[in-house]
Amino acid sequence: MDLELSDEQRMLVEQVRRFVRQEVDPLEADLDPDASELSAEDHERLVGITTSMGLYQMDVPEEYGGAGLNVMTRTLLAMEMSQHRAGLYAPCFGTFGSMGLAQLYDANDDQKDRYLYPTLAGEKRGFFGLTEPSGGSDPARAIQTRAVQDGNDWVINGQKIFISGADRADFGLVFARTSPDKGRAGVTCFIIDTDMPGFHVRRIVHTLRSTHYATELQFEDLRVPSENILGQVDGGFGIANERLTRNRIPYAASCLGVAIRAQELAIDYVKIRETFGDLLATRQTIQNMIIDNELDIRTARWLTLAAAHKADQGEPFRTEAAMAKIAATEAGGRVVDRAMQIHGGYGVTKEFPFERWFREMRIRRIGEGPNEVQRLIIARDLIGGAFH
Amino acid sequence: MSIRMEKPWQPLTIEQANNMPAHLGVFQISNAGYDVVYIGYAGGRSLWGLRGALQEQLAERGDGFNFRVEVNQQYLSRWEELLKIHKGDHGTVPPGNENHQPRRIGQLSLS
Repeated sequence: MDLELSDEQRMLVEQVRRFVRQEVDPLEADLDPDASELSAEDHERLVGITTSMGLYQMDVPEEYGGAGLNVMTRTLLAMEMSQHRAGLYAPCFGTFGSMGLAQLYDANDDQKDRYLYPTLAGEKRGFFGLTEPSGGSDPARAIQTRAVQDGNDWVINGQKIFISGADRADFGLVFARTSPDKGRAGVTCFIIDTDMPGFHVRRIVHTLRSTHYATELQFEDLRVPSENILGQVDGGFGIANERLTRNRIPYAASCLGVAIRAQELAIDYVKIRETFGDLLATRQTIQNMIIDNELDIRTARWLTLAAAHKADQGEPFRTEAAMAKIAATEAGGRVVDRAMQIHGGYGVTKEFPFERWFREMRIRRIGEGPNEVQRLIIARDLIGGAFH
Repeated sequence: MSIRMEKPWQPLTIEQANNMPAHLGVFQISNAGYDVVYIGYAGGRSLWGLRGALQEQLAERGDGFNFRVEVNQQYLSRWEELLKIHKGDHGTVPPGNENHQPRRIGQLSLS
């Protein structure tokens, strides 16, 4: 694997780094420490800048007007975009655009007209409804939401939990069991409109994150026409699984971005903070923390870029993505924790970003498939499925 | 557990405000008829937490209002939740929040 950046990649990384430091950081100084949203005016101004950089809608495929970046470049930029206080869950406050729901690129033309294009134009928002109270890591077995065919319609009943953005969405992708005896081959993906009778956002699920909350959903005789099936009946598991695997690489990269910034702040601090008559930088115990941080960052970065490289080669990258997810989320947690420790009392105040990163990074070991499940995936690939 | 804020109202006076802890959290302000006129939060940048936020409300509004508070570390998601509940009940956010609300409020099914 060649890790030498191309001139274009180097230029893009520099551009985004400058954008974060010059445009995003100053705005955060005036926002609530837990904020995940800019004012409409600031958001519009920053979108103007990212558009002029040619990076607005960077996750959208080129044929739909996006930047057409490969996975490696996108990963490098994700590491830059998260290097601010809100960066883990709101990198650059969404001013690089949103890819919407990637599954819609495989929708039929009618569905694209109704959902994909309005989403890309910023007119509609969608949510991804997979996890249920019975579990999220094993969707093939845990999905108990049922869809029963009634003429040309399907009637959905059930619940979802930990669903981001459903309360603000116009539509959503909802995975429901259509063939009860078929396991993973009995799940179908439906596109539902949130104004359909029977769709309910029951509550906000408050978590360690103060913003970017999750919701709990309920479907009561929610009637959906067959035209709103995404893909094939009983073909939903592949749609869900593909998305989860693909997301793990940028997910890992954004953890790394936060870790890199935390390390940078820690190094700056040890050079100015004195204890017992000397700088922290001279204390071997502190030096070891900095060294361990760097080892964590470089190890996880290598695994993350290796996964991105393999994805760009068109090779299977499930194991590599799982390794990147484990390494980056666990390393990120350790690095933020050490940086917080180095900063002492200040490290746990809301004056510094560590306490927010500490809370949000903890979620990362669970989100997008818990690390224990990632280990299961790796073991299955290394040893073989027959032993699981 | 109800998602509504159901604590009894207290008169918004300088004595009450000064006795508030300086914690982070959310609060509601009502008029004399107990209609909610504002939902706010004391966030991580507030100098005196809920105490300071209520002192500011009193200075801005004067006498004749009531308040209730909830200490909450997840003050932003709770604040949004309270705005959604109010919007669900009344079709709109409280008058004092017309210029102080998230860019998109969203919906909750309250029945």
